[in-house]
Parts: sequence; C-alpha cells; structure tokens
Amino acid sequence: MFDVIVIGAGVSGAFVTRNLSRYELNVICLEAKNDVGDVSSMANSAIVHSGYDPLPGTNKAKFNVLGNKMYPSICKELDVSFSPIGSMTLGFNEENMATLASLKERAKENGVEAILLDKEETLKLEPNISSSVMGSLLCPTAGIINPFTLVAHCFENALDNGAKLELNCKVTSIKKEDGIYVLETTKGIYKAKMVINCAGLYADKIASMVEPIDWHISPRKGEYYVLDHFKPDFVNHVLFPLPTEKGKGILVTRTTSNNYLVGPSSEFVDSKDDTSTDSLTLGEVKKSAVSMVPSIPFYEQIRTFSGLRATPSTHDFVISYSKNDKYFINVAGIESPGLASSPAIGKYVVEELVKPVLNMKEKANFNPNIKPYIKMNDLSIEERNQIIKKNPKYGQMICNCEKISLGEIEDVLSRSLPCLTIKAVKKRTRAGFGKCQGGFCQSKVLFLLADKLNISPLEVNYDGEGSYILKEESK
Amino acid sequence: MRKVDLLIIGGGSAGMAAAIKAYDEGIKDILILEKGEFLGGILNQCIHNGFGLHEFKEELTGPEFLTRFVNQVEERHIPYKLNSYVTSLTKDKVVTYVNSSEGAVQIEAKAIIMAAGCLERSAGAIGIPGERPAGVITAGQAQLYLNEYGYLVGKKVFILGSGDIGLIMARRMTLEGAKVLGVAELMPYSNGLNRNIQQCLIDFNIPLYLSHTVTNIIGKDKLEAIEISKVDDKLQPIKGTEQRFDVDTLMLSVGLLPNNALLNNIGIPQSRSRGSCVNEHMETEVEGIFSCGNVLHVHDLVDYVVEEGRLAGLGASIYLKGNLHKGEHEISTVAGDGIGYVVPSTIDLDNAMDSIEIKFRVRKPSKNVYIEYSCDGNVIKKVYKMAIIPSEMEIYKLDKKLLNKDYKTLKVSLVNKEDVK
Repeated sequence: MFDVIVIGAGVSGAFVTRNLSRYELNVICLEAKNDVGDVSSMANSAIVHSGYDPLPGTNKAKFNVLGNKMYPSICKELDVSFSPIGSMTLGFNEENMATLASLKERAKENGVEAILLDKEETLKLEPNISSSVMGSLLCPTAGIINPFTLVAHCFENALDNGAKLELNCKVTSIKKEDGIYVLETTKGIYKAKMVINCAGLYADKIASMVEPIDWHISPRKGEYYVLDHFKPDFVNHVLFPLPTEKGKGILVTRTTSNNYLVGPSSEFVDSKDDTSTDSLTLGEVKKSAVSMVPSIPFYEQIRTFSGLRATPSTHDFVISYSKNDKYFINVAGIESPGLASSPAIGKYVVEELVKPVLNMKEKANFNPNIKPYIKMNDLSIEERNQIIKKNPKYGQMICNCEKISLGEIEDVLSRSLPCLTIKAVKKRTRAGFGKCQGGFCQSKVLFLLADKLNISPLEVNYDGEGSYILKEESK
Repeated sequence: MRKVDLLIIGGGSAGMAAAIKAYDEGIKDILILEKGEFLGGILNQCIHNGFGLHEFKEELTGPEFLTRFVNQVEERHIPYKLNSYVTSLTKDKVVTYVNSSEGAVQIEAKAIIMAAGCLERSAGAIGIPGERPAGVITAGQAQLYLNEYGYLVGKKVFILGSGDIGLIMARRMTLEGAKVLGVAELMPYSNGLNRNIQQCLIDFNIPLYLSHTVTNIIGKDKLEAIEISKVDDKLQPIKGTEQRFDVDTLMLSVGLLPNNALLNNIGIPQSRSRGSCVNEHMETEVEGIFSCGNVLHVHDLVDYVVEEGRLAGLGASIYLKGNLHKGEHEISTVAGDGIGYVVPSTIDLDNAMDSIEIKFRVRKPSKNVYIEYSCDGNVIKKVYKMAIIPSEMEIYKLDKKLLNKDYKTLKVSLVNKEDVK
C-alpha cells in the first residue's frame, strides 16, 4: 500500500510528486499514457508567465507569481533550459494604450514588475514589430522554458528520491474501503491512504469517481506553428497582443532552442482527445501574428501542432480537498498560466494540504539536483573533446538538424525515468525536432530503442501504444 | 590548427565530383567530410535504376553509379573522413567537425565547397490538417527503412505528392506486397519525371489524383484513414469533394529543400531556390566558399548534380591558384514571368567562361513557348520550346558574347509564342 497516489504525470503531477519525494512517504504516480508530460504539458506556449494579467486574488494570480519566482533555482536543480527574456504586450491604438495602463496597475497589485514603453522604446527592443505599434507593457520576469525536459527531469528527480511511477496505467474506478483508497486501473489494483488528482483534462472525471462535483473541465484547443531556428534575434521577447476573455492571445516568441513559436488559437472542442489542426484556424493564427510582426518568414515552418487546455468551469484553478474527505485532493483546471504556476502549486499542495493530514517527516538525504546532462551543443571544443575521449559515442551524430549525439541519447535511456518511445527520446533530447523532422535520424533512434528495450523493431512505438513505425519485415 | 587547401562538405555525388575535378586540376590537398557511414550520400538507398544516362550513357542503380565515383576518389587517393559531421563554419573558412575517433576538430581551409545535399519537406513543413499519428512518413524515410534495414512501413498506402521518390516508392512497395491506393497531387500536373509516371503508376494501375490534396489525417496514435479533396484553381480544397481512404500509411513526396543551414547561419544570401546565391563559378559572396548540387538547388537528375560538382571543383581550383578575382562587371540574374528560380544568381563577366550555364525551372507546364533572355530590357536571346515542365530542370548554355559589360541584369522569362512580336 502507498501513502499517496498521484494521478496524472503532467507538469502539476510532476511537481506534486517531486515535493512528496522530499518526505519519508511511499509515493506513486499513475499515468495513463506511456510517457510523462505527454498531453497538455507538452503542447503549450512554453512560457513562464510573469503573472501580470490574472485577476488579483485568484489562484491563478497567486500561484503564477510565486511559481515564476521559483523557476530560476528549480531549473538549475533540474537542469532545464530557462531564459527570462521578458514579455511585451503590444498596443496598436489609443484604446489599447489605455488598457495597457490599467494592466500595469493590475501587475502592481499582483506584485509583478511592469514597465510601459512608448513606440520608440518598443521598436528599439523589437525592430521587427509592425511600425503601427503605439507602445507596450514590458514584464521583465516572464521567461521561456523547455517544457519537455521540465516534466521529465522533475520526475527523474522524484524517482531518484524514491518515488515510483507507473506508465500505461489508466485509473478506471476509485473506492474508499476501511479508510483506504482502492484504485482500479488498467494495470491492476493500487491502494493508498491519500489520492491527489492531477489528471489534467480528465480531472473532473477522476474527481467524480469519489463524489458529485459542481465543476467540470472543458478542452480548449490551441493551434500553433513552429518555425526553424533561422535567425537568433528575430524576436527577443515573448510578444503578446492585448489579453481578452479568450486568454492571452496569439503570441510570437522564440523558444529555448531558438526556434520560433506562433500561436495559440483558442477554441472549445467536444473531445478531450482532439489535438487535430485545421487550415482555417491556422490561417487565423497566421493573420493575427503577422499583424504584430509582419515579416515572420512562414516558409521556415517545420511543424504545426495543437494542444488542449484543461479549462475549468470555475474560471480559476481548483486546488483543494474534496468536499467530504481531506485524503482526496483535487489539483484541477490547471490551464494557462499552469506551467508557470506548477512549482508553487506542487509546494502548496504538499506543504499546506498534505502535511496537515498525513504524518510526514522530511528525508535526511533528499537530493534536489539531478545528475546534469551533457549538452554537446553548449560546450567548447576542448570540453567536447574531453567528453568524446572518455566516451566516443558523444562524437557520433544521430540527429543532424539539432546536432544530438548517440551519447546524449544513450544517456536519457539509462536514467531512472523510463524513455520508451521515439517521441519520448525526441522530447528529452530534441533528436527529431529539427528541420527534417526525423527524416534522417528516426531510423537510428528506432533501432537503438529496440536494442535498449530488448524488443523487436516492429514493436517500437512512435508515441502512444500501438503507434508502430514498422509494419513487417520485407520479403 | 590543421589546415587544408580544399575542404568539401558532403561526400555524395556533388562532393565527390567536385573533389575529383579539383584534384585533376592540380589541387592535391583536399579533404572530404561525409556524415554517413559510406561515401555516396542518398544514392546508397536508391537501389532502383535510371542513374547515369548522361554521365555514363547507360542505366545504373544508385549504388552502381556512386561506386564509379568512389573508385575515382580512391584511385586518386583523395582523403575523406566518414561519420564526420560539420557542426559549424565561419566566413574565415574555419570548419568545426566532430566524429568519435578525433573528437571535435577545427580545420582551416583555403577554399570550401558546400555539397551537403537536400532534405525532404515533412508533414510539419506543409502543415497537413488533422492529427499527427504514426504512419505519416516521407517517401525517402520509407525508402531508407525498406532498402537499408529491410522493413516495410505500411501495407495500405496513400501517397501525397507526385515527386519522383514517391513514385519510385509506389512501385517499390507494391512489389513488396503493399497496396498503394493512389497518389494525390496538388497541382494540375505531375511533379515527377514522365518515365516514372509510366513505369511506377500506370504500369501498376495506381490512380493519380491531380488537383487533389490531403485535407484530413484521421487516427490518434496510428493512422487509420486520410481524406483527400479536390482543389480549385487557387489550390484551395473544394467542400463536398472529400474522399476517404482507409490506410495505415500516408507517404509524402512533397518536395526537397536544400540542406543549407551552415551557409545560411553565416549570413550568405539565399536565392529563390532556397540555396545560397552563387556566381557562374558556383562561388558565394564569401570568396572561396562554393556551393553545388542539391544544397544549391534541387536537381532532377544526379547526372546534372555531378556536372555542377565539377563546375564548383573547377571554380575552387581556379580560386586556389589565385586566378579568381572579383571583377568589375557583374550581372545579376532575375527569375522573370513563369520562372521559379535561376542559378547562378550573378555572372562575373570578367571571369565567366565563353559559355555560361544558366539553370532554371519553369513554374508550370507550358507548350509552344519561348524562353526569353533579356538584359536590362533588351532581348538578347529567344529559345523556342515545344513543351517545358517544372519537374525537369532546364540548362541553357548562354554565349558570353551576347552579354555586354554595361548590362546589370539578365532576366529569364517564359513568353507565349503568340505574345512574341
């Protein structure tokens, strides 16, 4: 039996599990998919928002501002790329400028630094913005992050500190028997004193397995373009239009890997599985982005994708005990700014909700740091030479576009966190993320996975279970 | 730092041809850097025949064709390194490459020939609507899995795009027992060579849907079906024309792109071909850096790739002997009406040979037309074409005598016969 079961291995589940692993507790995280961070946590804007725009007093405002402050040190501990490049919200007319002035006041109330810039100052910082811009609100504490390694490294650290993780494990029912939660899953029965529901889009479904609830989660889709890293300083900040009731609007930003991200749209959809894209919506995204940055070279497009936000009917994060039982905690509706908020959410849930209920003692030997990853691209010639001398596999290039070596890929396959699919390798190492989208390297990754997992090449999944690349041996 | 006279990036057909030519012109200190396990590049996986008709006057398979070049490299003892990947280069021609035996190495070259080939446009690059499951794969990738590893990527296949690799793979997979349900082509004409349409589609009763595109990809983890639609003359899908095909594989053959990040990264201007701008000697605006083959513009035949490689090899050898100086009289080429791109981007009249190779592609198939060459508005040459198609690269040897030293531009245009007075 476990002390705590965390349901869902997205970014909130990651930080809750990691924070629990600080204590002498028997903890497991159950994930329906075959990798961590495989739903909303991997398909978003990858922004650590400053917290200037959520309504003061909401959970969103509170956790965003706290989470933002935690990121620099957490990314150091977890070896995650993070860069506080700042955000700029752009105004194009007098009305916009008045709104920006009131947003500046809101930022102040939230305790977030925000500076109003005039046209000249705005264009000086971002020369590629449309010259019709009238001014902007600069929030220097906003940043960009690698959301893939954030979730993966957070789990790796939790696992290194004794937590457990079960993939391909979908919870189908929850009962409480003699004070113990009994979870039926696709991988058998799991029991625990306490359950923390971090099930993302399905958090309402999980919560209602325990008690009737008066909130629900609606999937709200956002579609994006990814552009190749054609130029390092095409835009230097996260560029937003004015926020509306539909969200923060279509942004243009560079990413931690110096790609550019354009999106997201915002549309409620019927299915919690629908991550399709469509030309009409992407056309609108393009139009909106071009109105801010007219010269975006869309011919540098290398991918389009969409993600689903877990939008709660309450309009705010649901982070609380269930109505009838303090041993069941809901962490639900973590839509934007969820990524920015999650470190603070994880800390709050464990210290303010779990601690008063469970008898828990801090581990003496908790190690907040993961073993750093070797990133050959970031190293000098001398450093690279030393590493290749020790392990020649770091000199063997697998992914040409992103320059990822065999050594780097074998490293992720040897860590405590399972890495079972081509997509998982891609998310951890960036192999396959480049201009050829795996055209040259996917086969190498596939046969390496088959070898390391000791399975047939026919059984290697691209992503979800059954997503085999190869169908049969040739004649 | 190690030094070399001529460094060649890429040991495929362009790089080998360039090396051989430079060697024969007297440049002996050469190094070819090849990222793969073998010389020959993508030809290694092209086991079908059809290569070498111009070069060797016979039909060879890809491996046969490349072997003849590898032999010429070996006969000359031209040094090359395999499994060696160039990570960066500078305008001062310092190249950094990495491999497992030497580590990360910096080498200073007097001249560089870029010959890194091309890559396939992916599903992401063209943003096909729908989901992103396994089973959507480029034709070259499917070819690699089949020809180098012996695995079939699908049993029920639909192909988007009528580029040559897709056509070749339609036949190849049919012969392997897969069912190819059809090929959709966005344009009202095929983008493949006519011989491939005949030998790979018609001979196997595989339907070609012209003016069609894929408008939905269905399947969450693995591909279940695709939907194609007819497109209007603005290439927009027409509602109500959707057809569904239940397939496990959507193979893409939607074009190739020069793999030119290394030269783009140092700010060398790009031509409309998406490769670097070069002059008549295949030299970029950075003196001593040359480019040739598919990294410069995508060719239809490997025979023309090796010819261009030799031109770059010749250019580099003239440069290395100190005889290629920027002249006073430069003419810029312009892709006029109906022309996709023109290579070279500039012609240095003081250096140009008597006959200058102008290469271009037309935008759409045309019949009974002239290709008009005009300088600063003066027509200097008109060449009649009974038929001309985008899938075939055009090469015209322009007589230098037609170019006047005062000219600034050379425009290549497609003109209908009746419009010509």
